Amino acid sequence: MVKSRTLYEKIWDAHVVERRPDGTCLIYIDRHLVHEVTSPQAFEGLRLAGRKVRRPDLTLAVPDHNLPTTPRRDADGHRIPIADPESAQQLAALERNAPEFGVRLIGDADLEQGIVHVVGPEQGFTLPGTTLVCGDSHTSSHGALGALAFGIGTSEVEHVLATQTLLLKQSKTMEVVVEGVLAPGVTPKDVALAICGTIGTAGGTGYVMEYRGSVFRDMSIEGRLTVANMSIEAGARSGLFAPDEKTFAYIEGRPMAPKGADFDAAVAYWRTLVTDEGAVFDKTVVIDAADIVPNVTWGTSPEDVVAVTGVVPDPQSFADPSKQAAAQKSLDYMGLVAGQKMADVAIEHVFIGSCTNSRIEDLRAAASLLKGRHVAAGIKHAMVVPGSGLVKQQAESEGLDRIFLDAGFEWREPGCSACLGMNPDKVPAGERCASTSNRNFMGRQGPGSRTHLVSPEMAAAAAITGRLTDVRELLNKKEGVVA
Amino acid sequence: MDKLTTVDGRAYPFGMKNVDTDIVIPAHWLKTISRNGLGKGAFEVLRKEPGNVFDDPEYAGSPILIAGDNFGCGSSREHAAWALGDLGIKVVIAPSFSDIFSGNAFKNGILTVVLPQDAVDRLLEVAKTDPIHVDLESQSVTTQFQDRFAFEIDPFRKHCLLGGLDEIGLTLDQSDVIDGYEARQAQDRPWIVPAAVA
Repeated sequence: MVKSRTLYEKIWDAHVVERRPDGTCLIYIDRHLVHEVTSPQAFEGLRLAGRKVRRPDLTLAVPDHNLPTTPRRDADGHRIPIADPESAQQLAALERNAPEFGVRLIGDADLEQGIVHVVGPEQGFTLPGTTLVCGDSHTSSHGALGALAFGIGTSEVEHVLATQTLLLKQSKTMEVVVEGVLAPGVTPKDVALAICGTIGTAGGTGYVMEYRGSVFRDMSIEGRLTVANMSIEAGARSGLFAPDEKTFAYIEGRPMAPKGADFDAAVAYWRTLVTDEGAVFDKTVVIDAADIVPNVTWGTSPEDVVAVTGVVPDPQSFADPSKQAAAQKSLDYMGLVAGQKMADVAIEHVFIGSCTNSRIEDLRAAASLLKGRHVAAGIKHAMVVPGSGLVKQQAESEGLDRIFLDAGFEWREPGCSACLGMNPDKVPAGERCASTSNRNFMGRQGPGSRTHLVSPEMAAAAAITGRLTDVRELLNKKEGVVA
Repeated sequence: MDKLTTVDGRAYPFGMKNVDTDIVIPAHWLKTISRNGLGKGAFEVLRKEPGNVFDDPEYAGSPILIAGDNFGCGSSREHAAWALGDLGIKVVIAPSFSDIFSGNAFKNGILTVVLPQDAVDRLLEVAKTDPIHVDLESQSVTTQFQDRFAFEIDPFRKHCLLGGLDEIGLTLDQSDVIDGYEARQAQDRPWIVPAAVA
């Protein structure tokens, strides 16, 4: 009898090139995404050793982290130089390395350019059942399509470029089960934050997660991308969704996806990619959908999650003394006091973007709230950064850009933007941002910046009122709108 | 990677304990695009102090670094190993190393030698005036004054360093196994190769 296997075990087994006596496996890598920050030294290593990229056809390069989100070409089509010389140098290195090694580069001003984790699925580069790596921890995103996807370091980037393999030990498996139906105003981002809040940022360390249950089955592909993206915030390098009809429909017709008979053959294989009846997970986490509410973070770790209707927790309420100290430090940094209502917290900045929440559905959701409304007087800066040029184009064809602009938002060029302080988009020290990104670490959005992680809908709501706001209050005010 | 069999030469008599990777290479050097040139940033903060060993002409270009306990602790940045390599260091001798640093050093062809504190103290003394000899094959550190200190090393790492084999080189030695996998995959899942984009 064939042993029952989880989805992860099936993908793993299908990629073992060689199993060594100590359990380490040489694993084949089907897809490699490359960006400008973690690749320069890897390409240089190849050059110094006189090595080639083994499979340039399985490799795709796109710049995202360093790019300013202001226009990149002037009226004559000439590049507008990047002010930061080191950012410019990293971009130039990618533009030199990709053609030298035969790797396809999506250029900084191409329509297809965007955040690497938005581009992969959008181009049909990300496929179910593949192994996919990138020198970036949010590579977990691609698990939404059923790809075993995880972030790697620079030495590993070089190893994959040269050999199309990695030496790995198999992870443990964890199922995260959410059954039921999400209430109006509760989004995939709130589910992701609920998971971080429940198991903590180290809860998934050493595990590959699989998202199971009706909430995840009912979720759109874009919602799944948001959830899988934040697997790493709960400690798991990788998080999987079993591919289904929605996945196949999403992939069909995308530029780099299989076509015709190849697509049919692929779908036939993808249908086998489900966890077998009777397969055993090393760990199970169960969350009731009815318990998930619109969430916000109060501290400087993605596990510092509280309902928007809740209050800032008292550090003394944590059992672990080290967590008590960390919570106090977080509150000092965030400028919050225990017992303060989250909905009373005033904000100065709103950022809608990042590999977590910059896809078309995210923008539609935010725009639906902002239509006919305007950002509050206390908001110094609000911006929308689409995840890719194609997302931007789609949004513009739907008139979403007008809604954002009319509401007082800036409408930017695609990139990682204010999710991390590597480009000009930063939150000033001591100022507070409602952000759809994934990390609220100290200094993440710029030195001294204060980040509250929220869904796109909650970011829009905060922009409208100037404080963290329960989006359901605004939904109820819109007559005839079914949330 | 260059083969490492014996290393002969002067050594930096550094000796500092708990040197973290921020000391080896500060964070602002991480925006570089090369693993070369990081030698300029190596020990940047310490080198602001007059009389530091790294700027003493007596030790210029030494291939050996003698350090204190827990060398390379802190951040996992591979830049620390790159910086030492760029400085021309091939061997670091210390009473202990952080695991991550010694792994990164090995990946970059740098030998980390663990010796007891008294042996390290003796070598720090000799290094001030005379060269030191490291022999990987016989796993020993010797001086011209009859000192001889034996050290342990993982046999796999020793094999790799002696042969100049890096992990990528070793995997490439198995190209036929990878070829075989690709051939099977091309048969079973031909659609795996991305459609070409015009």
